[in-house]
Amino acid sequence: MIPAAFEYARAGSVDEAISLLGSNEDAKVIAGGHSLLPLMRLRFARPSLVVDIDRLADLEYVRDGGDHVEIGALTRMCDVAADPLLRAESPLMAYTAGLVGDPQVRHRGTLGGSVAHGDPASDPPTTLVALEASLVVRGPSGERVVAAGDFFKGIFETDLGAQDILTAIRVPKTGPAGWSYQKFHRRAIDWAIVGVAALVKRDNGNVASAAVALTNMGSKPLRASGVESALAGQPATAESAASAAEHAAEGTDPVSDTNASAEFRQHLAKVLTKRALEDALSK
Amino acid sequence: MAMTEQRNVGASIPRKEDPELLTGRGLYTDDITLPGTLHMILVRSPFAHATITSVDTSKAAAMPGVVAAYSGEDLAGEWAGPLPVAWPVTPDIKMAPMWPVARDKARYQGDVVAVVIAKTRAQAKDAAEAVDVSYEELPVVVDIDDALADGAPILHDDLGTNALYTWKLTNGDVDAAFANAPVIVKERYYIARLIPNAMEPRAALAQANAATGELTLWSATQIPHIVRTTMAAFVLGVPESKLRVIAPRVGGGFGSKIRVGPEEALALVLARKLGQPVRWVEDRSENYLATHHGRDVIQEIELAADENGKIKGYRVHLKASMGAYLLLVAPGVPLLGAFLYCGPYGGDAYHFECTGVYTNTTPTDAYRGAGRPEATYAIERAMDALARRVGTDPVEIRRRNFLPAFAEPTQSIGGLMIDSGDYGATLDLALELVGYDQVRKEQQARRDSGDPKQLGIGLSTYIEMCGLAPSRVLGSLAYAAGGWDAASITVLATGKVEVAVGTTPHGQGHETTFAQIVADDLGVPMDDVSIVFGDTQLVPRGMDTYGSRSLAVGGVAVHRACDKIVEKAKKIAAHELEVSEDDLDYANGTFSVRGAPDQARTVAALAFSAWTAHNLPDGLEPGLDALSIYDPGNFVFPYGAHACVVEVDTETGEVSIEKYVAVDDVGNVINPMIVDGQVAGGVVQGIAEALLEEAIYDENGTLLTGSMTNYGIPAASDIPAVTIGRLETPSTSNELGVKGVGETGTIASPPAVINAVVDALSVFGITEIDRPATPERVWRAIQQARESQPKGGQQ
Repeated sequence: MIPAAFEYARAGSVDEAISLLGSNEDAKVIAGGHSLLPLMRLRFARPSLVVDIDRLADLEYVRDGGDHVEIGALTRMCDVAADPLLRAESPLMAYTAGLVGDPQVRHRGTLGGSVAHGDPASDPPTTLVALEASLVVRGPSGERVVAAGDFFKGIFETDLGAQDILTAIRVPKTGPAGWSYQKFHRRAIDWAIVGVAALVKRDNGNVASAAVALTNMGSKPLRASGVESALAGQPATAESAASAAEHAAEGTDPVSDTNASAEFRQHLAKVLTKRALEDALSK
Repeated sequence: MAMTEQRNVGASIPRKEDPELLTGRGLYTDDITLPGTLHMILVRSPFAHATITSVDTSKAAAMPGVVAAYSGEDLAGEWAGPLPVAWPVTPDIKMAPMWPVARDKARYQGDVVAVVIAKTRAQAKDAAEAVDVSYEELPVVVDIDDALADGAPILHDDLGTNALYTWKLTNGDVDAAFANAPVIVKERYYIARLIPNAMEPRAALAQANAATGELTLWSATQIPHIVRTTMAAFVLGVPESKLRVIAPRVGGGFGSKIRVGPEEALALVLARKLGQPVRWVEDRSENYLATHHGRDVIQEIELAADENGKIKGYRVHLKASMGAYLLLVAPGVPLLGAFLYCGPYGGDAYHFECTGVYTNTTPTDAYRGAGRPEATYAIERAMDALARRVGTDPVEIRRRNFLPAFAEPTQSIGGLMIDSGDYGATLDLALELVGYDQVRKEQQARRDSGDPKQLGIGLSTYIEMCGLAPSRVLGSLAYAAGGWDAASITVLATGKVEVAVGTTPHGQGHETTFAQIVADDLGVPMDDVSIVFGDTQLVPRGMDTYGSRSLAVGGVAVHRACDKIVEKAKKIAAHELEVSEDDLDYANGTFSVRGAPDQARTVAALAFSAWTAHNLPDGLEPGLDALSIYDPGNFVFPYGAHACVVEVDTETGEVSIEKYVAVDDVGNVINPMIVDGQVAGGVVQGIAEALLEEAIYDENGTLLTGSMTNYGIPAASDIPAVTIGRLETPSTSNELGVKGVGETGTIASPPAVINAVVDALSVFGITEIDRPATPERVWRAIQQARESQPKGGQQ
């Protein structure tokens, strides 16, 4: 559990972090350390330079952005979970953050770190995809905004370039939409075997639109578009939810591992989608 | 003879050791610092079965801080012999040597193939990566039945087979019992391989004194005395007096620290060779590969019964994986369950046999319960199968077969002389606490409504044998050591009491429990009693801590030593008070003259007299000291009834425990709080076995569950509250009337949980589920049951 030797530099600003990343091609960014450090201790990750941005206080905030809530990338998971603005305006985001790991993890781990890590078994990325959140990225050539749906590329792969830093996450205010996150795991501290994020907008007793995204059903968070289109325009009832949920496994390509086979994951995706939709319709 | 009011025994006195342990001030092996200490990292084979063609340590040896690097061949001359096996269960057992560093082949993923010593642990770790080992991979066998099949890869070529022994036990006419039985139930159960996870991983620190040849080993071990004797005699080839073994604070064991392992042997030999202290600390990943595993047993059990389910005969065949090598007591682990496949039930005939098998996996050995959880699982699952077969309830089938209550030693068909028991009473209490009838009603309501969340209730009415052990019995079972234990008590001049015990706590609370016994026996305050343990120099006699033996053997030795103290003190009291010993009454630490209670002496005052020796009876030696070495005449037999209520989500296969009731009779209780803690901890471990924990190898012998992320150690949030009930039927095996409680929860709980899961799933016609009952296994069982039912069938 001793990492391979590495250099360490603490960045005093985002710009300094970007330039430090440019100085070493094997550099990695560290914030709360809950994704990178375990990998380093097992020597699965061997960065030659670790750039520490953990103390950049100006990246730790939750603020009202008008039609969205902006969350600084270094905001701790526990603060995302407890934030009153988020709980009122984008409750699915706050709720999902509260499902990550255990209290110690949530008090050190950051939302930005979880997103930048790109673990397909992680819950917050799925919720960001369902919410159609925007991710603010800064790099050597300035700032850009990437749609969550375009950000995640594969297992531990994201849109971030070698010198890019994720600085903020913008989640839309979801108004009266019903929402749910269903996480299936064997122990409370575990990653999701399968997770489902759902956001359902209603209009006059019918489903106006539904956004459903799946955790750990492929190499990145997946939109369950078959479910979404099956539900749109249908009566906002448990029967519609159950019927639409039958499409949840379409287009998925989950792994088989010691926790579950791909077949079981596909079954779970349907059950959890049904429950997520029922739960969302009840809110 | 120490007649005294029990003021401490029976009370939930807070643990004396807790302020130290809970505030992180306990001194563990890794906390001990010696000047000039070197650090050892072991290079372990990534392959489960491979010929070692070459080991090149030259690059590693040249790295910064590296002091030395060795292959198995380099160290071949260091050993007096291979690592010891203390329990060769049969005369014809096929033994293969295990050397601290493998020479010819690696036989499991994790086998030590080289060792690196450096000035810092990080340097040693870096250099270990630079050791260049060439392997030729060999075919691998992981599964027990595959290892026994013709043409299986052979682990130890010289033996020509992977089957290393078969041990048998028969009582009564088994064939007749089965030939005449109208009902025969035959079941097969696989118990998954388990990986112990003590909070403190293993650790060793060795120091050699070149001038005297003395060696000192600090080790996170349960068995300093056994390590001292066996390591000195068989591995190091030095006189026992030259090896001192110290077990400082030890953070849990569960059997995984009953070892005389390669790591300790290497630390000792290399400290001697290099002339500097050598430290090894296991990291958690290494713990998964290298600390011995538990269980991995295939069991077939047959019950012969009459039409009413009254059992006449038992027939059991067990195959146990020993892993790649035989560890210290591994061959004997099945024997600890061999006598218990009849549970607390009657019958006329009994046959048990077990075969030990080598596979390309981490070696197995004792793990909490050792043999008894396997036996209990087999009989308690089979009882439910029998109940189904004869069409009765799990409660009723047990009541029909219980041995009637008894307070005198009684023979079981398994061959044991059981100390005391009232099995029906524990079952009645468990049913009351769990609300059995109410649960059955709710279960029926959910079945009737087709609720996707079904309820099940499971029972386990267990008996176990512990308090290891009468030395003669151990001898008859071919165990190489005795089962006695020792306590040495000194009442110091100031009246404070020092008690040196041969058992070695690693979380059990001996300092409190033993002090309670001494405080009552000698009438001194708890705070005046200090317990010394875990150092072969301070406590030369002992057989250590395993098999729930510390109280039932070591505690009795403490009590007997107190009796001897009282006996000697009485002589001094009679002398000082100028009366005959027969005229003295003894109570609460004070001798008083019968009829003249003001004429009195306390034990503390008499200890001062014994120390000054100014006025002792003629011929009496100074000092108030006593040693007792107690060899139990019999085992002790805790028993009880556990009841578990589960809710099974039939859509996801998820099992959640709604209620868990543990009713145990562990004889007289010294400290109820400590006993409750043992029960709860054991039940948690057993629940985890039933639902979460499973070591999984792939076909190449690679351990897939090599960390806490994918091996299901539960967290507090995953475990239900445990309702604890207790009855106290004194043991007849010892004068304290105590039994053991360290393993009861782990022994009792897995079948209670799995019986509950199967009960919930019985609505689908399901009668069996493999352990652990993971969501996917439950879901698949339901799928399979639905597919095999005709269309339009129920549910």
